[in-house]
Amino acid sequence: MNPIDFLTDLLNPDLAFLPKALAVAVMSSIVCGVVGTFVVLRGMAFIGDAVAHAVFPGLAVAFVVGGNLVIGGTIAGILTAVLVAVFSQNRRLKEDSIIGVFFVAAFALGIVVISQAPGYAGSLQQFLFGSITGIPDSDLYVVGGTGVLVLAVISALHKEFVTISLDRESARAMGVKVFWLDLVLYVLVTLAVVISVQTIGNILVLALLITPAATARLLTDRLGIMMLLAPIIGGVSALVGLYISWSWDFPTGGTIVLVLTAAFLLAWFFAPRQGLIAKSWRRRRHDRAADAAPPAAEPEPDLVPVNTGAL
Amino acid sequence: MTPALAIENVSVELGGRLVLTGTDLAVDRGELVGLIGPNGAGKTTLLRTILGLLTPSTGRVLVEGRTSKPGRTPIGYVPQRHEFAWEFPISVANVVMTGLTGRLGMFRRPGVAQWEAVADALERVRMTDLADRPVGQLSGGQRQRVLVARALAAQPAVLLLDEPFTGLDMPTQELLSALFADLACEGRAVLMTTHDLLSALDGCDRIALLNRRIIDTGTPAQLAADPALWMATFGVGADSALLRILAATSPERRVTA
Repeated sequence: MNPIDFLTDLLNPDLAFLPKALAVAVMSSIVCGVVGTFVVLRGMAFIGDAVAHAVFPGLAVAFVVGGNLVIGGTIAGILTAVLVAVFSQNRRLKEDSIIGVFFVAAFALGIVVISQAPGYAGSLQQFLFGSITGIPDSDLYVVGGTGVLVLAVISALHKEFVTISLDRESARAMGVKVFWLDLVLYVLVTLAVVISVQTIGNILVLALLITPAATARLLTDRLGIMMLLAPIIGGVSALVGLYISWSWDFPTGGTIVLVLTAAFLLAWFFAPRQGLIAKSWRRRRHDRAADAAPPAAEPEPDLVPVNTGAL
Repeated sequence: MTPALAIENVSVELGGRLVLTGTDLAVDRGELVGLIGPNGAGKTTLLRTILGLLTPSTGRVLVEGRTSKPGRTPIGYVPQRHEFAWEFPISVANVVMTGLTGRLGMFRRPGVAQWEAVADALERVRMTDLADRPVGQLSGGQRQRVLVARALAAQPAVLLLDEPFTGLDMPTQELLSALFADLACEGRAVLMTTHDLLSALDGCDRIALLNRRIIDTGTPAQLAADPALWMATFGVGADSALLRILAATSPERRVTA
């Protein structure tokens, strides 16, 4: 299908679910890209995975009682994040073990709860793998509003988040409330996950959080640029992924994740400074220069500068 | 005159174990004091207590005459280099700016005054040229100086340095020692933990020997002349290489021996 046909389908009133799905996918990709920047930089990928699974019982309960999915998922995610934060105070166990205990437990609870709903197999699949049909209009506003809220909080607490990401002990010594900021960050991750679950599904949502930010990190050494690139990469991948999945009738969530992965691999190979291609090209040029000239102890321009002693 | 930093009869319990007992130490403005002791002597515990991150079970820590509290006390803290996330994509100047996060408070963004403080701190450690460099590309000595600049940004009266020499070569250590001495001379009280006896003996105004409590304090020359103190602090015998190295640095002992 060529892009013009895709555009026509987007504007076709009989296919009203398609632009809605596109809007939700792009909005959640943008929010996940920004939040994911901190998740990637702090090495919190496992916590992101945990929260993604932890929202499931909330979604299940909301589904069974006919409540709002976003609110249900948020409550479950936050509850799990708080439990992990509190149980991590016990020094005998590392945080990753606590996370391992609670997120699987939450997921198991979700499966038991959703099995109580009649004809649950279909909805289970929808939760796990996402679906672009059947997004109610109200969800557009919930996703948009939640997204704006998440971005506003990240922007308001930006300097605190950077400070605690660099070095927690010094942050504590400065009187920065590390525990509460961690909790706020978990809540933001939870919200980003919850609004993304509908289109991309519970299992694949981690990719939306991690892959765009990881790709952006390969391309830049500046936090500001990374926080701009990640949502752009996520948003464009969501658009391209939805287009491909609509054209070839592929599952939407899986297609978006594969597009994201392709972007990541492209960056890995072709990043201007750190990419594999650029590195080998530089090495070749360096070797050739070394062949032509007598061997000199000239460091590569990109190498860590040696401390020349000029204090 | 009250000293900038006064540790009075401080005992600290961690997990039911007494890590420090009856510790007394004072550091004046203008002084560079080296805190020396074996692993597990309580050096880090003492620093964390000074920062107000641990509450002593007895005694108190006074900074400029007031009880130490995180965020309320003018202390600059320079952690060990491995405590910092060097792979974070951030420039030298922005790292130094994070030293003002506590001072600025929530929801406030840095203004002209803060950027001037950052520029001053960078100037002070001679890192102005590298202000825009991503921190991941810096050498060990440069990284140490960035951490010092971050601690200096809030213009503290007391500077705490945790093992600043670890993993650095001798010329870099010397440059840092000179910097720390200058920072003290400008009217700060500087307390530094270190395992590097030679740098400490050479660069510090005073040395405090710690093992659960302060064994003794004095000038490097005074302490180096008394092997018994070092045997008590490190629990080593009279034939230890530590004592031979000390003897080599101490002119008085060479004369008497």
